[in-house]
Amino acid sequence: MIYEVDNLTFSYPKGERKVLDHASLCLEEGEILCILGPNGAGKTTLLNCMAGLLLPEGGSICLCGRPINSMKAREIAGIVGYVPQIHTPAFDYKVLDVVLMGRAPKTGIFARPSKEDEALCMRTLESMNLAHLAHRSYLDISGGERQQVIIARAIVQKPKAILFDEPTAHLDYGNQHRVLKRVRQMKEEGYSVIITTHNPDHALLLGGKAAIVGKDGHIIQGESKAILTEETLRSIYETDLKLLWVEEAGRTVCIAPGL
Amino acid sequence: MTSRRKKAVSRYGMMNTVFFLLLLFCVLGCLCIGKYTISPGECLHILAGKLFHLQGDWQAMDEKLLMGVRFPRVMAAVLVGAALSLSGAVYQGIFKNPLVSPDFLGVSSGACIGAAMAILLSCSAGWIQLFAFAGGIGAVALTVLIPKAMRSDSNIMLVLSGIIVSGAMSSILGFIKYIADPQTQLAAITYWQLGSFAYVDAQALLGILPLSGIAAAVLLAMSWWINILSLGEQEARSLGANVGLLRGLCIVCATILTAGAVCISGTIGWIGLVIPHFGRMLIGSDNRGLLPTVCFIGGMFLLIVDTTTRIIGPAEMPISILTGIIGAPFYAWLLYRQRMNLR
Repeated sequence: MIYEVDNLTFSYPKGERKVLDHASLCLEEGEILCILGPNGAGKTTLLNCMAGLLLPEGGSICLCGRPINSMKAREIAGIVGYVPQIHTPAFDYKVLDVVLMGRAPKTGIFARPSKEDEALCMRTLESMNLAHLAHRSYLDISGGERQQVIIARAIVQKPKAILFDEPTAHLDYGNQHRVLKRVRQMKEEGYSVIITTHNPDHALLLGGKAAIVGKDGHIIQGESKAILTEETLRSIYETDLKLLWVEEAGRTVCIAPGL
Repeated sequence: MTSRRKKAVSRYGMMNTVFFLLLLFCVLGCLCIGKYTISPGECLHILAGKLFHLQGDWQAMDEKLLMGVRFPRVMAAVLVGAALSLSGAVYQGIFKNPLVSPDFLGVSSGACIGAAMAILLSCSAGWIQLFAFAGGIGAVALTVLIPKAMRSDSNIMLVLSGIIVSGAMSSILGFIKYIADPQTQLAAITYWQLGSFAYVDAQALLGILPLSGIAAAVLLAMSWWINILSLGEQEARSLGANVGLLRGLCIVCATILTAGAVCISGTIGWIGLVIPHFGRMLIGSDNRGLLPTVCFIGGMFLLIVDTTTRIIGPAEMPISILTGIIGAPFYAWLLYRQRMNLR
């Protein structure tokens, strides 16, 4: 069991509107979990609590059997890689230097990464077919490429689990698909993967488990196929969604009705 | 591919060696130049003689001028320039804001109050420096305490708190100037506020050096972690950084550097803002390369500016006048060059 979340409670602002209310879920090693929910439900809050970035008001999170609030940032970063939403940094670093930052959990505070660390980052970029970007400026590459570079940064942390905060936001359709493919591939390679997404179709594409954070802050968790029914989807998104089997695609898709 | 990277690493080393040699060249040049010129050969001769306790056949007056006046002044300009640029680059990195300058947490305004009080109490030069140093550190301590009292550890709170403290300090300074004797004290306070190396005291410089040296060494050793801090609090934490500790260490060291510099020369504007930008243009944003670079070019810049003030005017002109005249258009040019990258 890599993650055990038990009775998690969180509200914004403190003590007022509950975005997570006695939310519980669990994840075995090597599983994939898709966190769904309407705007304003606590998807990202849940993810950030699980990454140890936010302190919940109540309840507990265990990472590999240890309570996460007793662990140092460095220890958590050794187990969990975090891929934030695409953003523009204030300074212009080279792609290889951005990936190198993933070696921070293994680097002392008066030290800097070694030649071996750089070689590892270069190999990782090569294995993701991104080697041609290594010496480019991170500000000059496209949003899709930045997302891939940050994934590379999470991989060089050598974590057991990788958390993605809306990895498909701000990306065009092709890049969204490529990112999901990469996410799926991470699962095949043995990582536990958690992603938040606005698109229920992504959960269907990825398979595995899904967790739906409702407006009331409760969580419904289970196998994607089992819990993502037309009825549930209609009630979370308040829209007349349909699940259809598409023969040509070989899968069930979630589509919205005509306007 | 790894061999290309090796080149990149050694490029920092090579470029920084070049900047260091340029700095040495400037130091020698500025030791020679002045209203009374000393030849470079004699200059080196005297320096070597002093260093190895040799007897030499140089003129006693040259030695007195070089070792007693010019050498401390040149060293002070280089060290103050390096200290202000280094702390400017560090502050910009940890607050992920290229528009921040070393005094935005209130160091300079606090130091001004300290110095002005000492001038008001008719203290000696040594006490003015001590008061300035304490005032600078005290102001930053206050700035850091306000967000703590509000139980917030966000960067924005710290920046706003710096504005509050600086604002309050400049009011207090206004009051001190108002009650100061306009003939002597007010003039001294104003002169101090504009900064000058005309009355540098070698003893004070030596007194500040160990603490500032340690602070600079700590910052240079942490340079890679400043890259991580520049990603923002949350992302840095997700990479395993102990943000509170790292940021605290950076603030303490950068504040010691700035306060030390200000108490030697008075407040000097622009350099801590402009030089880090110039450095990024020369060597890139990676703080591993950038921090040594800004020390060298910052030292060089202030040395050249101070030597200019030494030569041009009949009376000693305060140095902030020139750093402003040079700094402002230079900054405009840098922004013009980088306009695509700023968003």
